[in-house]
Amino acid sequence: MGETRSDILQGTLDLMVLKTLDQEGSLHGYGLAHRIESLSDNLLRVNQGTIYLCLVRLVQKGWISSSWGRSENNRRAKFYAITRAGRKQLRAETDNWARIAGVMAKLLSATGARP
Amino acid sequence: MIAALRRALARLASLFTRSADDRELDEELELHLAALEAEHLRRGASGEEARRLARQELGNLTELREAHRATRGVPLLDSLWRDLRAAVRSLRRDAALTTSALLIVGLGIGASVTVFSVVDALLIRPLPFADADRLVWIANGESDNLSAQTTQVRNLQELREAARSFDDIAGFSPFYGVGDVRLTGDDAPERVTLVPVTAGFFPLLGVRPTEGRFFTADEARWGAPRTVVLSHGFWQRRYNGDPAVVGRGIVLDGEAATIAGVLPPTFDFAATFTPGRPADLFEPFPLAPETNRRGNTLALIGRLASGATLEQAAAEAKAIAGRFPVGREGDHRRNKLDPNLSPLRIRVAGAFRFGIGVVAAAVGFLLLLICANVSNLLLAKGATRRREMAVRAALGAGRGRLIRQLLVEGAVLATGGALLGIAVATLAIGMIGSLQGTAIPLLQDVRLDRSALLFAVLATAVTALGTGLLPALQISTTSPQAALADGGRGSTRAGGRLRRALVMTEMAVVCVMLTGAGLLTRSLINVLRVQPGFDPSGVVTVRVDPDASYRTVAEQVAYFDALLEQVLAVPGVETAGLTDALPFGNNFGWRRWNADLPGQEQEDGPKPLVRLIDGDYFHAMRLSLLTGRAFTRADDATAEPVVIVNEPLAQLLWPGRDAVGQRLRSSGVIRQVVGVVSEARYFSLEQASGPEMYFPMRQSPHFQVIDLVVRTPEGASTIAPALMTALGRVDRNLPAMTVRTLTRLMDDTLFTRRSIALLVVGFACFGLLLASLGLYAVIAYAVAQRRQEIGVRMALGATPGAVRRQVLRETLALAAAGMAVGIPAAWLTSKAIRGLLFGVTPTDPLTAVAVLSALVVVAALAGLIPARHAARVDPISALQSG
Repeated sequence: MGETRSDILQGTLDLMVLKTLDQEGSLHGYGLAHRIESLSDNLLRVNQGTIYLCLVRLVQKGWISSSWGRSENNRRAKFYAITRAGRKQLRAETDNWARIAGVMAKLLSATGARP
Repeated sequence: MIAALRRALARLASLFTRSADDRELDEELELHLAALEAEHLRRGASGEEARRLARQELGNLTELREAHRATRGVPLLDSLWRDLRAAVRSLRRDAALTTSALLIVGLGIGASVTVFSVVDALLIRPLPFADADRLVWIANGESDNLSAQTTQVRNLQELREAARSFDDIAGFSPFYGVGDVRLTGDDAPERVTLVPVTAGFFPLLGVRPTEGRFFTADEARWGAPRTVVLSHGFWQRRYNGDPAVVGRGIVLDGEAATIAGVLPPTFDFAATFTPGRPADLFEPFPLAPETNRRGNTLALIGRLASGATLEQAAAEAKAIAGRFPVGREGDHRRNKLDPNLSPLRIRVAGAFRFGIGVVAAAVGFLLLLICANVSNLLLAKGATRRREMAVRAALGAGRGRLIRQLLVEGAVLATGGALLGIAVATLAIGMIGSLQGTAIPLLQDVRLDRSALLFAVLATAVTALGTGLLPALQISTTSPQAALADGGRGSTRAGGRLRRALVMTEMAVVCVMLTGAGLLTRSLINVLRVQPGFDPSGVVTVRVDPDASYRTVAEQVAYFDALLEQVLAVPGVETAGLTDALPFGNNFGWRRWNADLPGQEQEDGPKPLVRLIDGDYFHAMRLSLLTGRAFTRADDATAEPVVIVNEPLAQLLWPGRDAVGQRLRSSGVIRQVVGVVSEARYFSLEQASGPEMYFPMRQSPHFQVIDLVVRTPEGASTIAPALMTALGRVDRNLPAMTVRTLTRLMDDTLFTRRSIALLVVGFACFGLLLASLGLYAVIAYAVAQRRQEIGVRMALGATPGAVRRQVLRETLALAAAGMAVGIPAAWLTSKAIRGLLFGVTPTDPLTAVAVLSALVVVAALAGLIPARHAARVDPISALQSG
């Protein structure tokens, strides 16, 4: 059912946020969404609000931290940055992702070879 | 793992920052919207268009806020709050049902918390002494009677010397009477209660004085100047808690004494050791040859050495006592010691452990019935709410949520009931605490404390689960389609079965409770029917022991003569006598002396109870003289020693022969039997006294306490003033003791039995009411559901009478099914209360018949109203409404 898909999506989004924050330093919600959007083509185009659910979850887990600062046009904005625990998690998840991707690729190519 | 924990904590914390978090999210979203809008504007969209696109890209904001809140917080708690409010709303809609459920639960929890508090004080909570687990009661022999468990001084000393498994052994003398001692010398003279204890008694218990000190070894010597320690209550009452009282001199029975110290308020001697006989003062009991000569005088308490077990201590004490030089070859002044050890806790709760257990079981059954009943009410409510639930399920409410809501409803009911119950328990416990003078120990310690409240919480949780679970399960197992298709009538086959099973269980449980109640009531009636061997009604008694100023036997005899003469002159007095062993009076009736045929003395010969009497005691008591004569004033120290025996003793010594004229030897004196009287029950109505013998007081002045026994047709309060005036003429120092009736004394011995029977009967009646309500609810509901079916049958020619009979038959069948399980269960459980039964067997047929008929009558009554409703169904309207 829909649950599994959103689970995968959730995990993927978490990983994307961690990776982006690791690369870009601290970002606010819009900046993060914009950055991920430009990297991931259309994946997040439909519902950017989801990113806030992802952010609060990651903050609660201690993988990212948040603090108030000023945006480019000098408005009050909440900035998110990756923590040390987050970096560790990112490394683990990256390895994991690579493994799964490898397995998936192998599996999919094997299925394709069948007459 | 750590991340998950952090997240859980963050979620919990967010409960308290909810509105701030919402505001922050809104601020972020606003910024996001503005940025998106600006970007679209940059790309060339119009203002209106840019705003629309921005909103579209961000998604549904309300939904997002909800989801954000859910992610952030604890969803369960959030919705629990909603469930709680829904439950309260739903319960308020059914005010009548809710009120009755609350009352039922309230009374049930109140009763169970009260009983728990008593159980806690008597059986669970440690005694109020230091390291109370290591305290051991050392009884002498197997008797239940406190006085008969005492030990001789010498035996205590040698046991204490030799035993390695005890840190120490101490004792107190239980042979004190309430108001035995006259206190003068400071304020108004007063009768006080003085308990002699050995010097080691308080230190052994781990009690420390709040003022002054306890007794020194010097003060505990024979002939030392008198010192006393005050109980906290007495210190407060007479001296207003004045610390300067330590060292002050007082006069006890004309003898100077010094106050050495004051006991702490936590030390309630009487509540623990001698219930019903509160103590004011304590004095040292000297361990000396002089006190050793008095025979068995001390009740012993030991403190186990660390590492020693009760079994080791018991074995060691037995071995040591076995070496004491007693018996014919040994010291003839030395009494036997047969140490019988038990934990002090067990000894204190003693005979009441069992009765309390029975009452606790009855309360347990009651709580079970309450759960079943309230559960039934909720089921009935649930049946009418099936459509509501079905609609909600169809609209997407998860099954879990529906179950949760019903459980929450049960919890709300149980909690409301529990609050009511705690109020009930507070009242009841207050009443128990104020019960004075009962034989049940530690009642003053019964209180609503933390453990009682904890128990209340537990009982509430059980009730909440018990009441909510079944309805929840039932609702959740029916599919919404079925419930909706049913048009609201509800095809509650499963639910109906469940409710029927519940009612059958209730009937079975009530069967058990009623049987117990019936057996206990019959036992009580049997006990009340026991002929004690005398007629207690119309007898009033007053303590009249001569004080120390009557030194010689002649002076004492003169005092008795004057006293009886004055009393007999009082108008309304039929006849009067004196005794040192008033039945049910808890004095010295335990004393046993040898009684042997002269020349045939045996070590283990008969040891009848000894009673010293004077005046017209037998007539005053209406104790029947079977043959021979009563004592006269001529049976004095100068005449031949005489004795009157009771029937069991006559049978024992001279089976099949006339006892009058025979001789027996007791304590070295040969006495001629002048009469035979019937047996008198001294200790209680349940317990036969066995062999007894009566000596004339003038020939055997070994009394400690004397009670005047007066037979009068007047009530105690009518005759008391004239009686006291008459006594005052004999001796103006004669204490103003209260006039008691023998009936009252007898009633006091029945207090425990009566209370247990009363409580169990009360609980059983409450249970019967609950079960009949449950039965009524099930039948009434079934009739309401089957209105159409009944209508069809009546349209096809069934008479109202036939319909009525069918409903009644169904009710009775349901009750009968319950009883079929209940009666065997009742017989099994009644075996457990065999110890409390008197004159009935657990499978008493009369009780079983009474229980069954009561249940049948109640079931018929419960079925009658629905049956009449069913018979009055109008076929046309019933069919149309379908």
